[in-house]
This record gives sequence, C-alpha cells and structure tokens, in this order.
Amino acid sequence: MLKISHISKTFNPGTVNERKALSDLSLELADGDFATIVGSNGAGKSTLFNAIAGTFYTDDGFIELDGRDITFEKEHVRSRYIGRLFQDPLMGTAPNMTIGENLSVAYLRASGGRKGIFSRISKKEKELFRKQLEMLNMGLEERMSSPVGLLSGGQRQALTLLMATIVTPKLLLLDEHTAALDPATASKVLELTKKIVRERHITCLMVTHNMKQALELGDRTLMMADGRIVLDVNGEERSHMKVEDLLQQFAQNAGKSLDNDRILLSTEENV
Amino acid sequence: MTVQIVQTALEVGLIYSLIALSLFLSFSILNICDLSTDGCYTLGCAVGAVCTMAGHPILAIPAAMGAGACSGFMTALLQTRFGIQSILAGIIVNTALYTVNLAVMGFSSNVSIFGTDTIFTLFKGLGDSEMWKSWYKLILLACIVFAAALFVRWFLSTRLGLSIRATGDSPAMVRASSINPAFTVTVGLCISNSFTGLAGCLIAQYNKQSDINLGTGMVTIALASLVIGETFFGRGSMGWRIFGVIFGSCLYRFIISLALRLNVPTEAFKLVSAVIVAIALIAPKAKNMIMFSRHRRRALKSRAGAALKEKGERKNA
Repeated sequence: MLKISHISKTFNPGTVNERKALSDLSLELADGDFATIVGSNGAGKSTLFNAIAGTFYTDDGFIELDGRDITFEKEHVRSRYIGRLFQDPLMGTAPNMTIGENLSVAYLRASGGRKGIFSRISKKEKELFRKQLEMLNMGLEERMSSPVGLLSGGQRQALTLLMATIVTPKLLLLDEHTAALDPATASKVLELTKKIVRERHITCLMVTHNMKQALELGDRTLMMADGRIVLDVNGEERSHMKVEDLLQQFAQNAGKSLDNDRILLSTEENV
Repeated sequence: MTVQIVQTALEVGLIYSLIALSLFLSFSILNICDLSTDGCYTLGCAVGAVCTMAGHPILAIPAAMGAGACSGFMTALLQTRFGIQSILAGIIVNTALYTVNLAVMGFSSNVSIFGTDTIFTLFKGLGDSEMWKSWYKLILLACIVFAAALFVRWFLSTRLGLSIRATGDSPAMVRASSINPAFTVTVGLCISNSFTGLAGCLIAQYNKQSDINLGTGMVTIALASLVIGETFFGRGSMGWRIFGVIFGSCLYRFIISLALRLNVPTEAFKLVSAVIVAIALIAPKAKNMIMFSRHRRRALKSRAGAALKEKGERKNA
C-alpha cells in the first residue's frame, strides 16, 4: 500500500542550524497493516508523517501510495486519500463552525472537491453524519448545530477521527492522537480508532510514547532514531517481545545519540 | 434630527455596508487583513463613473464589480502564490491602484457625471407619486444591499462557502481535508473586493462624481461598522451576523450625522471616526471590567458583613 524508498530530508541546509531529520529511510506497509512507531523526541517521527502527508517535499527518494507516485503531489491533493490526526485536539477541527459543518467540510473529499461546489449539504448527507456521530456514543448527534469550540478536547479528537475517516482513507496517520487526553477519554478514543481501522481495513501508522501500546496495538512495531528506522518487528518475534525488551532497545538507541553528542563535545574540547 | 438627515444617513450607511460586508468576508470569515479596500473602493468609483458617463449606468455595476474582483485576485495572487504576508500584499495592491485609478479617470483627479442618467434617475422614473420621489434612492439601495446580504448568506452555506469559512477558522484542518487554501482565499478575496467595487460604483452614481481621494480611510470606516455590528449582535447565526454588519454601518452613519449636527468641524471627522472605532472596540472589554468591579465590591462587602456579625456574636457570648 505505502512504499517509501530512500527518503531524506535536511532542514536549514548550509546553515549552522542544519539538521538531518530523515536519512535514507525506507519503509513498506502492506494493505491493512497497522504499525506503531516509537522513538525519542527528535527521532524524526513527526517529520516522517509530514513527509508522507506532503507538508514539505523530501530532498531525496520516492513515496508511493497504492501504486501511485505521490512524491511531488501537493498536500491538499494527498489529503484526499490520507487521513491525519494530530496530538493537539484543537488542530483538526474548526472551532467557530458547527459539528455538522465540520463534518461536511471533511466530506468534501468524497466528491474530490470539484463536483457541485455551489450545492448545499443534502438531507441524505446529514443523515449519514448523524449515523456516524451516533457511533461515537457521546451524544454529539443531538448537537449537530452547536459550534465545535464548545466541545471538550476528547470530543473534538473523536470528531477529528470521524472526519479523517468519514471518507475511508487509504492511509491513516495518527500522531500521538491520545497523548493530550485524560486516561478515560484516551482509552475511549483508542478503542474507537481500533474499531474503525479494523472494520474498514485501513492501513494505519501510529506514533506513541506508550511502549505497552506500541506492542499491543496493531500488528507491527517500528522504532526510529536519528531519522532512521532502527527496529522493525512483527509476527512471532513481536508477540514474544516484552515492554522491557523494547525499553532496552529504546535506551540503547537513545544512548547512542547521547554518546555521539559526548564524542562531539570531547573532540571539541581536545581541539 | 430631521427626516432628511436620517434618510441621508441611511442611504450612505447602506452603501458603506457593502464595504463592511466585504471586510466581513475577508477579515471575519477568511481571517485576512485586506488593506487594499481604500484603493479598490476608488477603483469601483472610477470605473462606475466612467461607464455611467459613457451612457451605461446599469452596465457600470458589473464593470465595477469585475474591476474590484480583479484587484482582489491580485492581492490573493501575491499572498497565495508568492507567500507575501496578507497586510503587505494589500498595501502593495493599494499603492498600485492609485495610478490605475488615475488612469481609469483619464489621468484627472476628478470626474463629474452631472446630467447623465444614473441607476437612481432610471429608478426614479418608475413611479411618480410624491412619496416615491422622496424615498426612491433608499428603496433602491435597500434592495441592492438586501440582495447582496442574501447572496453572502447563501454562498457561505454552499460547499465552497464552507471551505472558505474553514480556511479562516482552522488552516491545519483545511490542509487535512483536501481543500486547497490558495483557491479558497482567491475566491474569497475576489468576492469580497467585488462588493467594495459595487459600493464604489454606487457612491459614484449617488454623488454624481468620482474623486481620486475618495477612498482614503475607508478601511477604518468599514472596520468600525463591522465592530459595531459584532458588539451589538454578537456571534450568532450567519444571517444574524450579516444583518449586524449592515446595522453597524447604518448606526455609524447616524453617529457621524449627529456629530455634523453638533457642529463638529469637518477637519475633525477622521478623529471622530477613529474615536468611534476605539469606543466600539473597547465597549465589550469595558462591560466586563464594570461587571467584575461590581462583583468584587459585593463580595468584599458581604465578607466584611459576615466578619462584623461574627465579632458581635463573640462579644455577646
């Protein structure tokens, strides 16, 4: 489904702030794969997501989605088949628009954004939105015409999840989408995510800082460090892996970059 | 205040409400500071005057609106394609428009269209009762503004309109929902500026002249109307908000007429305008401050009362 081959990205090239965020990263996801990604801050997880979603173009390499080369496709074109959730629940919705209006903006993807731009939202579509909202079990279907700004963070994130999947995407990118929610709401949103991904057979990538989640959720675990994928486990190997093993790996990789810094500093001292 | 003054205030207020509607689209909905309003208004005025003088008062309206839309397109192009900040893009276009406006008026700073037919004289000819002859201007303007308001309300509920609203409300969401923000900003600014052009065309035919400096300070006036409308009408439904904008514009003209009656010298008008805008902006905050100080005084008083009572009880015991 998703095929990333040898992508690299350097920010601020040629300046003192030069930073290699992705280096020669390759990744392949099969149709219906649900992979979790762990890695320390600055490992390049969000950069990888931004590269896939098209927030910027990569310096090198190619990205293919469902057999189609999207390397140089614009962000808003890609978002037609890539759903996306951010850590900040406020980012995925428009606060001054009603729940119904938010959903209908998300539903524009169904028509590719071109057909009937002067038409209004039909009764049939409203009924569809209502059915989808009922699925959340939060009573939002009764509040279709109240502004989204009045909802809690958890409700907004659940709504964003609905918006990202209202037209089934080919790929769903979840960037720590439950990190800012309280434990009860987080598990609710997570259950919902699992349900939607399973039922619609969506290929999914999810960043998490919860090692237990990383091993339990989905069917594949990736670890990133220094803009690379340093660990990729699935199947038998993954089912035997414990949180401690993953933590150890994590510390090792985090330590490596720490060591690199130390080496850099010491050589600077010697000079 | 005589009926005459109220009537004139309403007429001019209605014309200006089109500019306020334009800023409602760009400032409130799209969240963009479009400072090309001054030049765009004069452009509409110049195009309207020249077309009217050529004997096409009705054709002048689409011509002025088209010219306004072109100006809006330029502002949007600078912003979306070349990444210039919205304020700068507006100022650049505004500066360029000064020369364009002069060129439209045949490089003279003033064009007079006295004696030619305007949409007002054409409309006046439709009836001949005494009543009609004194109110025809207001009726025509009310019809035009009503149509414009209906159009905006309808447009903002279409799929394209919803995308434009989302663009101003949550850029991150828009990018994640397959909407091209460059496209929505361009359409929004074209429509917004076509309203400014329409207002210019109407004022040219209303005053029977066009002047190169006519647009100076128009942004402030339109913003004032917008803010007054929002202060009085809040952020309710879309139709309510649009009505608030038109109401704000008319109220602003009333205040100005009142200032005229109080013999405020014309030189001080810009100051009066600025003060009105400032007051309208301060009003909601000031209301909160007054409410809070009242609440504090009451709370402190009741606490002091309770303490006094306790003291008395202890003494008694």
